[in-house]
Amino acid sequence: MADTSGFIGKPVIRVDGVAKVTGAARYAAEYHTEDLLHAVAVSATITRGKILSIDTEAALAVPGVVHILTHENRPDTARWDLSYRDMVGPPGHPLRPLYDEHIHHNGQPIALVIAETFEAARDATVLVNAQYDVEAHLTDFAVARASAYDPPKRRMGIKPPQPRGDPQTAFATALVKIEAEYHLAAEIHNPMEMFAATVILDADGVFNVYDKTQGALNVQFYLTQVFKLPAKKVRVIAPYVGGAFGSALRPQPSVYLAMLAAKALKRSVRVTLSRAQMFDLSCRPETLNHIKLSADSTGKLTSIHHHAIGHTSAYEDHQETVVNWSGLLYQCANVDMGYKLIKLDTMSPGDMRAPGAAVGVFALESAMDELAYALDIDPLDLRRINYADHDQNDDKVFTSKALRDCYDQGANAFGWAKRSSAPRSMREDRDLIGWGVAGGVWDAPYSPVPTRARAELSHTGHLTIISGAADIGTGTYTIATQIAAETMGLPIEAVTVRLGDSKDPFAAPEGGSMMAASVGSAVQAACQKLQKALFKAARDLPDTPFKGRKFKEVAFRDGQMIAGDVAVPFTDIMTAVERETLGVTATVLSNYLSTQKYISYAHTAVFAEVRVDEDLGVVRVTRLVNAVAAGRILNPRTARSQITGAMVMAIGQALHEETLTDHRLGRIMNHNFAEYHIPAHADVIDLDVIFVDEADTRVNPIGAKGLGEIGIVGTAAAIANAIFHATGRRMRDLPITLDKVLYSDG
Amino acid sequence: MRPFDYVRPATIGEAIAALNAVPDARALAGGTNLVDLMKYEVARPSRVVDINRLPLHDIEETAEGGVKIGALVSNADLAWHPLIETRYPLLSSALLAGASPQLRNAATTGGNLLQRTRCHYFYDTATACNKREPGSGCGAIGGVNRNLAILGASDACIATHPSDMCVALRALDARVHVEGPDGARIIAFADFHRLPEETPQFDNTMRHGELITHIELPATRLDTHYSYLKLRDRLSYAFALVSVAAALTLEDDRITDVRVALGGVAHKPWRNEALEAEMVGQMPDAAVFSRFATALLHDAKGQGQNDFKIDLARRTVIRTLTQAAAATPQPQTRKSIL
Amino acid sequence: MTQVQFTLNGHSTSADIPPWVTLLDFLRERVHLTGTKKGCDHGQCGACTVLIDGKRFNSCLILAVSRDGAEITTVEGLADGPILHPVQQAFLDHDAFQCGYCTPGQICSAIGLLNEGRAESREDIREYMSGNLCRCGAYTHIADAVEAVLEASK
Repeated sequence: MADTSGFIGKPVIRVDGVAKVTGAARYAAEYHTEDLLHAVAVSATITRGKILSIDTEAALAVPGVVHILTHENRPDTARWDLSYRDMVGPPGHPLRPLYDEHIHHNGQPIALVIAETFEAARDATVLVNAQYDVEAHLTDFAVARASAYDPPKRRMGIKPPQPRGDPQTAFATALVKIEAEYHLAAEIHNPMEMFAATVILDADGVFNVYDKTQGALNVQFYLTQVFKLPAKKVRVIAPYVGGAFGSALRPQPSVYLAMLAAKALKRSVRVTLSRAQMFDLSCRPETLNHIKLSADSTGKLTSIHHHAIGHTSAYEDHQETVVNWSGLLYQCANVDMGYKLIKLDTMSPGDMRAPGAAVGVFALESAMDELAYALDIDPLDLRRINYADHDQNDDKVFTSKALRDCYDQGANAFGWAKRSSAPRSMREDRDLIGWGVAGGVWDAPYSPVPTRARAELSHTGHLTIISGAADIGTGTYTIATQIAAETMGLPIEAVTVRLGDSKDPFAAPEGGSMMAASVGSAVQAACQKLQKALFKAARDLPDTPFKGRKFKEVAFRDGQMIAGDVAVPFTDIMTAVERETLGVTATVLSNYLSTQKYISYAHTAVFAEVRVDEDLGVVRVTRLVNAVAAGRILNPRTARSQITGAMVMAIGQALHEETLTDHRLGRIMNHNFAEYHIPAHADVIDLDVIFVDEADTRVNPIGAKGLGEIGIVGTAAAIANAIFHATGRRMRDLPITLDKVLYSDG
Repeated sequence: MRPFDYVRPATIGEAIAALNAVPDARALAGGTNLVDLMKYEVARPSRVVDINRLPLHDIEETAEGGVKIGALVSNADLAWHPLIETRYPLLSSALLAGASPQLRNAATTGGNLLQRTRCHYFYDTATACNKREPGSGCGAIGGVNRNLAILGASDACIATHPSDMCVALRALDARVHVEGPDGARIIAFADFHRLPEETPQFDNTMRHGELITHIELPATRLDTHYSYLKLRDRLSYAFALVSVAAALTLEDDRITDVRVALGGVAHKPWRNEALEAEMVGQMPDAAVFSRFATALLHDAKGQGQNDFKIDLARRTVIRTLTQAAAATPQPQTRKSIL
Repeated sequence: MTQVQFTLNGHSTSADIPPWVTLLDFLRERVHLTGTKKGCDHGQCGACTVLIDGKRFNSCLILAVSRDGAEITTVEGLADGPILHPVQQAFLDHDAFQCGYCTPGQICSAIGLLNEGRAESREDIREYMSGNLCRCGAYTHIADAVEAVLEASK
């Protein structure tokens, strides 16, 4: 028997790795059935108004085209907004593709061409001719800024904390203070896999929906509501998800349209979106932060003001936690925060990797750097001076916080002590060199809803773990395998994890860095329950060798149940009890009492080195060191990948990514991978990750904090701060393109 | 993609006939731009003439000491051909600055000349574009134009030619061999691409039914003092904001020949031979390069979002000439700028 | 309809297809080799990279008919039964992927890079792999994997 212990915390190779390197892993658009139809959506080319008419005659004449759905001939769907509200959607009126003649944003689906082949569907879309009654639109943040409002309905309780102290007086009377605005462009998630859904209608009339989603159960819930179907008629399956970063939290038009077509034609249908259509689904909202900081001469913060405006759509109030971090990360008695929205005629923004924090902490950590220079204090020292040992936003105790160790170990690895503090003081050849630092913080919540997992032991001794959770590349399969193998005392190969099927036990959508902790804890609980079930079954046998033993005396190791000198293989127990399988389901909940007193966050200290060509403004991020405190690291291999991956996305946020909208048209013009730049191999040079020790027995039973978001938080600020150190130019507008480096200051 | 008639001729004559017979026929070589444009419904040929089987895959030396490059030689094969690497390293470098290894394997020498602009409006059929649909207007003027022209644009079009290879070819005074229904002719590179004026739908001076058969490079001594420098919004796999091909010869520390071509700034690779001539006889120093660069950009005009490209182009010209003079060409795998 | 014949992952394959079918769509939709991915369909991401006669290409920009007679290798054709290709094994060992969607293209591209024989340094690897975008940001691990195979082959 192979090793069966000590898996948790070990760099176990991804259990889904072989499937991914051989092409065997199948994604939403990769399921086939004999009579499958292919469908391609037609997108609106205006931004706001009404469809007067849609002429589909020429498109229908294309050989192979079977049907074209529009708002005029769609099958019946639900009438009330409530039916279109998924588990994570914001307040408002969810978009209903093809529901009526109204256009709410450029790129909104207005028709679906369904054909025998992909080519026929694609090629007929251009022949669909819509006539519009065009209404005036607004997509320009700068113009809309004046009409910022407080969202009347809060999404998931997101709101700024109450002000504390007297921040106005503190700021007015302070000797050292800074005030600035920080703007961040809208970003598009752009996972590599384009959204698609394959609906296979089986003989029993069940819609088997292969979808790109972070929450199979959320999509199932949505589809049953919208299409008025019983849950047993809709099965949503998403074992592999080609990246999502938040874009697949909500059901997207691809799955809605695929179901619409399957229902209309009673056929199996695949809808695939184009890369251009990927720019019409969701985005990180364009955000403006206004920050004021003041300090006494020793560097102690005397006031923090952080007011942010994020954009949302005309039809929903997307909200995220942008400013709260500023009341949390540093000790300060006088704090004032606010968060407003503006409405633009775009698609609704959505959560994108570290929603809110990735924009708000950028502003705070840039402002802290500005304050450090105003005080002439080392930026890292300024953070140490203002270290928060207590959560002042909610007056709670941190379950753990090893941020000081992040500062120390990160600085040490980076060589921060060798930094010459004056801007423009470090150079090599034609490069100005800059070193910057920033902190990062992200929630380490338990899923707000119960999370369930099932553990099934077969008579062959193989353990199957089943959960409706998702693995979007984050490593859920692998850590669930590790936890199960270790808990049951089985080798890794004896465990199979099944995820992403709506018929399996409930888990909330994969987002907010909750998955590892919630599902991990549920898997552990299921395995512990299975241990008890197995023990009980064995002990209750007539000639049991475990006679008189108590459960707490029993160990599970090497595929055996062991008590003293008695060791019986699981397979023997299963044979003796004459069971094909033994299965149990466990549910874990957050501990309400504990959350009243304690609160959990993951933290980072990010150190960046940039080299900037002084004459040409070209920036290279030559080194990033990210020191992370996130509780117990379940698998350092996959954990490192999550952090470095987020750091790469942060390089994109800092230097590359923005939607370029023609505000006359209300249309994003760079809707492709050639002109919406995400980092390429050449942009990513040297990334280092340090996981500092952080024992945490209160956060959750397995002691882990999620890692999906934290790697991006603070990283863009570290890069911008490094560019200031290199050039003496303060970059307050992301992305920092070379023209800004050369010609702008803030 | 509009359905089309697909033919695969075996000879140049058959190919020309196949092209000439259908007014909107297009020749397919590597397909990296044409297939892309067809998917976007920007190009909608009713006939596609696959010319990949034509005997135009060779690189050979000419009697005059230059080289003749078959139109179907891939960008990768051209960049890494020993004759090109040793005699025309500027061309090799420009090729390696462009696209990606996969695209360079597919893209051909002839096709590279014929690639179309990357203007957002040209690609997006929901918007106005005089190049795509003459008379519809120019969406880019007053729109999203960060990547567009600062030189030689017109009120009808501010598109740029996106090629890197062509910038080097312009500096090297290449000649384009074409063959058509009326026979063969040779077009000087300067005359191959055109400015948009009132007819931006025409990128170049080829006539219907003509095929590029070869590119000829004259003998040069521009194999030591040269550099190709490309600035873009990420460090690889992106089109140029500005690129510069510079090459010169020196005798007794004086400039005897100098060529400077700009990419990403105009409807064609941009060059000003008269200003280059003024540098001949001078020392290759910063003052001379700076005067030249300022004069080269003298008539440049921004469109708002791309105003910065005027000064950026000036700076890039100076740096590239400095690299060339020092015989320290910019390696394309190295991202720190020499 | 036009007849095409390929040697696809070592097997002779022929089909009648319209000329406007790309090699990528041919692989994914007509012979159900879905290991080759569609990430943009416009030559801007590299997810569709396959090897044709040993060289790497974006299969999304190739009309299948234009490669009649070619030898095509996709990610499904790299392993020798249960024995992974050294590049596949290196990707596994270096955790050079997360979601796995760009991975087949990255692997085919890396094999193309090794066949070209031009990459000598880490810097070279980065540049010559830049035609393959990875949104999960596995770049440093991909470079580790490619470097390991490159070193082993020296």
